[in-house]
Amino acid sequence: MTTAVATETVTQVFRVYINAKPQAIWDAITQPGWAEKYGYACRSEYELRAGGKYRVFANAAMKQHASAPDVIIVGEVIEADPPRKLVQTWHPIWAPEESLEPATRLTFEIEEEMGVSRLTVTHDVTGAPVVARMVAGNVPNAGGGWPFVLSDLKTLLETGKSLGEQG
Amino acid sequence: MVTYGSTVLDDDLVFKALADPTRRYLLDRLFVRDGRTLTELESELEMTRFGVMKHLRVLEAAGLVVTRRKGREKLHYLNPVPIRLIHDRWIDKYTERRVSALTDLKRELEEAQ
Repeated sequence: MTTAVATETVTQVFRVYINAKPQAIWDAITQPGWAEKYGYACRSEYELRAGGKYRVFANAAMKQHASAPDVIIVGEVIEADPPRKLVQTWHPIWAPEESLEPATRLTFEIEEEMGVSRLTVTHDVTGAPVVARMVAGNVPNAGGGWPFVLSDLKTLLETGKSLGEQG
Repeated sequence: MVTYGSTVLDDDLVFKALADPTRRYLLDRLFVRDGRTLTELESELEMTRFGVMKHLRVLEAAGLVVTRRKGREKLHYLNPVPIRLIHDRWIDKYTERRVSALTDLKRELEEAQ
């Protein structure tokens, strides 16, 4: 029954238009230094090939205030097609509740339209309700999820400063 | 002339889309459960299919709804990012000032004692 499968799949879609080139957005997502400049400000590492490793490291504040482990998110690259498409698994492991849920699937798509880039993040959070609530930005004091990260990424790429650094 | 580039980066479309109770209701329905078809959304409103379609188009143009094809179905997803952008651009700015004004007032009153 295809309908049963369709209703079980839980997908979240986030889209933002950014006044920047696709390559700049690709770099901001995949290059280790960039990820520290916006959103949750954590260093991340990608091996940009199918089967490559993905890891996100806790920043100093997370270690100090939340006694986070060194590595807080793990995953595997499924498809890397720079600067257009990145498909990967995404599994937060900072706390038992999230670790116990299955790995989620994350897709980044970057398209250029009339000089503006369109970034679409599709997060398949099937079977992972705790992670789903967090990445949607629906957990109080948990940072705002993808809407927060994408808003900050847009601000950083368009103004050179993240939201926290705006005067 | 308004170019396409400036249109997709325009807050006006978001404010206009949100300035309608039916459209806010549709967003609320998608917030409860995402990825719905027009038929599902239509069943929760006392409105013609054409009317609901028109509202969904306005929401889509503002970027508040993103559609995806799945087989023969067109699914509608709530995209909360434009609302977050407005929050970060407008609301945060003024609420922070208000909070700091209250903090200043508190300090002044305490110092005056």
